[in-house]
Amino acid sequence: MNKEILLQLKGMNAGYGGLRILHDVNIQVDEGEVVAIMGPNGAGKSTVLKTFFGMTEIQSGSVKWRDKKIDPVPHEVVRMGVSYVPQGRRVFRYLTVEENLEIGAYVVKDKKEVRRRIEEVMDIFPDLKAKRKEKSVNLSGGQQQMLAIARGLMTDPHILLLDEPTLGLSPKLVKTVFAKIKEINERRNMAVVIVEHNLKSLLGIVDRAYVLDHGKVVIEDTAESLASSDALERVFLGTYNKRK
Amino acid sequence: MDYIMHLSVLVGVYAILGLSLNLVVGYSGLLSLAHAAFYGVGAYGSAILMKDFGFSFLSAVVLSVLITMAVGVLIGLVLSKFDGDYYALASLGFSVIAFGVFLNWRDLTNGAFGIFGIPKPEIFGYKFLAGEPYAFLVLLAVIFTFLICYFVVNSSFGRVLKAIREDEKALQVFGYKTTLYKLAVFVISAGLAGFAGTLYGSYISFIDPGGFDDLVSVNLIVVVILGGLASLNGSLLGAAFFVLLPELLRFVGMPDSITGQMRQMIYGLGLIALMMYRPQGILGKFRL
Ligand SMILES: Nc1ncnc2c1ncn2[C@@H]1O[C@H](COP(=O)(O)OP(=O)(O)O)[C@@H](O)[C@H]1O
Ligand SMILES: [Mg+2]
Repeated sequence: MNKEILLQLKGMNAGYGGLRILHDVNIQVDEGEVVAIMGPNGAGKSTVLKTFFGMTEIQSGSVKWRDKKIDPVPHEVVRMGVSYVPQGRRVFRYLTVEENLEIGAYVVKDKKEVRRRIEEVMDIFPDLKAKRKEKSVNLSGGQQQMLAIARGLMTDPHILLLDEPTLGLSPKLVKTVFAKIKEINERRNMAVVIVEHNLKSLLGIVDRAYVLDHGKVVIEDTAESLASSDALERVFLGTYNKRK
Repeated sequence: MDYIMHLSVLVGVYAILGLSLNLVVGYSGLLSLAHAAFYGVGAYGSAILMKDFGFSFLSAVVLSVLITMAVGVLIGLVLSKFDGDYYALASLGFSVIAFGVFLNWRDLTNGAFGIFGIPKPEIFGYKFLAGEPYAFLVLLAVIFTFLICYFVVNSSFGRVLKAIREDEKALQVFGYKTTLYKLAVFVISAGLAGFAGTLYGSYISFIDPGGFDDLVSVNLIVVVILGGLASLNGSLLGAAFFVLLPELLRFVGMPDSITGQMRQMIYGLGLIALMMYRPQGILGKFRL
């Protein structure tokens, strides 16, 4: 196993307006890998993804892309091949499904290529195909989430960052979404970072997992080993550090 | 008949102001109270260019629209540092500043006395006098403005504006430099307001700072919201309503001396009622 490190936070201290949220966070994502970031509400999971994208205040530490330090700004990070699907299915409700996808492909300048990718993601999410001309306000919650993910795929990224993609979805839909993500990961060799609050079923599709608590990485482990221990439960019960 | 033509010209000027402001407020979701500043810069610009520098109407219009757009760039750049309520307050500040400049830069604007004797437009030897000719000119200007706005909001640029209005942060994630889009629409809107100012000055032939104070900005916001946010037809309706309301009051027998104040009050009440029952405005598609 000699995979290249794609994206990395090193000794990251970051937050908002002088406030420190992340404390000495080290997270790395290798090429083609699926990584979970889990932890209680307010632990700083979304802040980690935003930091990759230059949407937080970096106080010290570094963001690295393919082992080179970068100064992340959204429009540059997208062009490097990182795609970010923020929390809360933020689709543009008054634009159609297709228009949403076109917006996602902003950095792709070749119009024909954009058309091709729209067809490609619609093959992955057939529900969207039937609704392509519909305003996305008319989609169900699950379909909006699919659209948000599909829109994130339009740049054909090397790495996809997903913030709580299953929030508010039925267990059955959660399974579908995870299956799709895994399928895309394998088909495109695209790395994925999935943030979820506390969802053991996520461990079934990831290679490694980080658990965050109060802005610190408290666990870094393989999916199998985390799935078979009670460490995750202990973090949520607030008893993890006490036994360590 | 002249009276009707007079009202038509005023409705037309307000329609151009409303349409252009709707690009910023309705389609992009930026509550700008700076519009009177651009209206004034356009009016003063063309008046001064024609009277003091002997420019023809058309070249004065083109140049003062460009000047207004340049001022729009400066103000827009400052405003891009603000969000939400602060944006509205800061933009109102620019209306106040502009009024102060019109009032106090006496060498250029003649201060509180205003500028008299602004020439009527003469285009290819034809002089547009008050009455039907001017109303026709303004009608052309409204159609021109409407087409520009129609094109802007229905282009892919307009689609991005609507997305900014909905969720600017989410848009940045795809690589859009949203600040540039906001600045661009602000400058287009400023230029059109300047255009309205040039038409107004030449029509009325006398301008003074009071015609471009911060209350004008507030009234224009009401025109846009009342008519309907993100609806071009709504802005036409709002402009007609604003200009014709005092006439309507006079028509029902209200003395001239209070129609002005009554308009302000009815306007205020109308706005409150609208915010309660139909916050997107009469023909609007979006609420602030
Ligand atoms: N824009 C912001 N400004 C200030 N504080 C924020 C902002 N966003 C999040 N926070 C704070 O940062 C902490 C971590 O939030 P977040 O990263 O959203 O956690 P999680 O995604 O794990 O639930 C919380 O205490 C939250 O209140
Ligand atoms: Mg979160």
